[in-house]
Amino acid sequence: MSTLEAEVPPTGPRGVAKATPRGLGRFGDPVFRAVVRISAVIVAALVVAILVALVLDSRASLQAFGLHFLWSKTWDPTQHRFGALAAIYGTVVSTVIAMVVATPLALVIALLLVELLPPSVSRVIGTAIELLAAIPSIIYGMWGLFVLAPFMAAHVEPWLGTHLGFIPIFSGPPAGLGMLTVGMILALMILPFITAVARDVLRMVPAVIKEASYGMGSTTWEVTRKVSLRYGLQGVIGAVFLGLGRALGETMAVAFVAGQVMEVHAGWFWPMSTITSTVANSFGEASDKLLLSTLIELGLILFVITVIIQLVAHFWLRRVRASVGVHL
Amino acid sequence: MLKVVAWVAASIGIVLLALILYTVVARGLSAWSLSFFTQPTPADPMRKGGGVANAVLGTLMITGFAAGLGIPAGFLAGVYLAEIGRTNRWATTVRLVANVLVGVPSIIIGIFAYALLVKPLGHFSGYAGGFALGVIMLPVMARTAEDILNLVPNELRESALALGAPRWRATFGVVVRAARSGLVTGALLALVRVSGETAPLLFTALNSPFWTKNLGGPTPNLTVTIFNFALSPFKNWQEIAWGAALLIIVAVLGLNIVARLLFERGKEW
Repeated sequence: MSTLEAEVPPTGPRGVAKATPRGLGRFGDPVFRAVVRISAVIVAALVVAILVALVLDSRASLQAFGLHFLWSKTWDPTQHRFGALAAIYGTVVSTVIAMVVATPLALVIALLLVELLPPSVSRVIGTAIELLAAIPSIIYGMWGLFVLAPFMAAHVEPWLGTHLGFIPIFSGPPAGLGMLTVGMILALMILPFITAVARDVLRMVPAVIKEASYGMGSTTWEVTRKVSLRYGLQGVIGAVFLGLGRALGETMAVAFVAGQVMEVHAGWFWPMSTITSTVANSFGEASDKLLLSTLIELGLILFVITVIIQLVAHFWLRRVRASVGVHL
Repeated sequence: MLKVVAWVAASIGIVLLALILYTVVARGLSAWSLSFFTQPTPADPMRKGGGVANAVLGTLMITGFAAGLGIPAGFLAGVYLAEIGRTNRWATTVRLVANVLVGVPSIIIGIFAYALLVKPLGHFSGYAGGFALGVIMLPVMARTAEDILNLVPNELRESALALGAPRWRATFGVVVRAARSGLVTGALLALVRVSGETAPLLFTALNSPFWTKNLGGPTPNLTVTIFNFALSPFKNWQEIAWGAALLIIVAVLGLNIVARLLFERGKEW
């Protein structure tokens, strides 16, 4: 039965319609509003709950090491002295490498999909990229460990060391597991993400505007730079931030190829660790209460970084939206 | 010039990603056998054989529990954002918070579940793992639901209300019903996404070589099994890991394609 069949209102003794409706009665709407409101509150409460839980459980580490924790290179389980610098350094540098490599590639591929390819081919490749974005990170991790790392160790890193070894970043034992490999695998992981979002953004630029520009004699690159990217700037920035957040928080791909060594080196061939790989690799063996608390504090640091980046993205995008004047 | 650069970039990306798929298929297919799908995970590396059957069952149970937590709550929050809150201050805040929550790394959610459900209770459990996955699903489902519900034309809402339906009936009986296929697709995609997660399960559900009856203790699951076996030094365990990886890729990609086809077919307005 259709729920919207016209209901005959209940009638009282003189045939006059009674005021109370049927079904859930006058409780239907208030209950409905309350229930959905509570669900919304749960969402908000979760973030607060996560923050509180992380802070509470890292108390031991916070008290033991204080602010010094953030720039201390020590990581000595036997002496119970830990510092976060190695993990933070690894996280930041590997993310920067990934962003520098992936972002231009992604934008160019998105451009290819939207402007340069015939629509049928573009649709197929576009779907392929979305499916690739859906591949779980542990698959990337396994591939990185068994295929990419040996390849880097056998071919790429020795070549870089011989020919570009005077640059400090291309130094270290070419074992394959290290900053460079982590950066590469992260770049590979965030590439489909940024491409997919950038492609959607570029697709939404009205054809009229682009055609007007072409009509005035602009080249494809000029149209892209001065028209498409400017129009879709907000969306493209959003795509980049999405990739950034993903790279920062990536765990499994990094845990497999980092080498898990808590040291800070300038060279990118040295084994390293990130916040996520440290937590993933060390949590299982952490029988020491202080180490557990330290790992949770590392998680807290990452949580704060991630939240700050999300908030920055949100407010920056609001400003860009206001200045560009287009709601995307 | 630009075209050349674009083609080179696209080719590099596509070749690499095709390479990954090829590797997984090549190495994983050799692990697939009847015993792979029917036997539980091996506990002794020196013995041959073993499979991932218990891990598959465990993953299904954990993901099912997570869906029970994350999908209804997320859906209702999405209803709030799309129908009731719309543009008021509270709804804007919730939207922002949901976006932030979506960006939180999954391992942090795992730590959260550990702090809430493992440490106080003193033991690992599939419930804790399912809870972590549910927390990951909730904001994703909320945003997806809001987007889908926003696509329903306003005329439908107005007609329902004009016919005298109370707000709850107009929403669930008309709007949600019209958006049904999109919502199902969204839920399916969210489900598929969390089923491939490893980090949140590492210290909540842990792993186990036994068949599970319930989620109250360490629960075998596919992803942590891959993690443990791939990093082990034993060739036969690594082979099982590749087989499991192939299984995950097939399931994830297959379900994604199915979800897309459903969505295309089901658009009603």
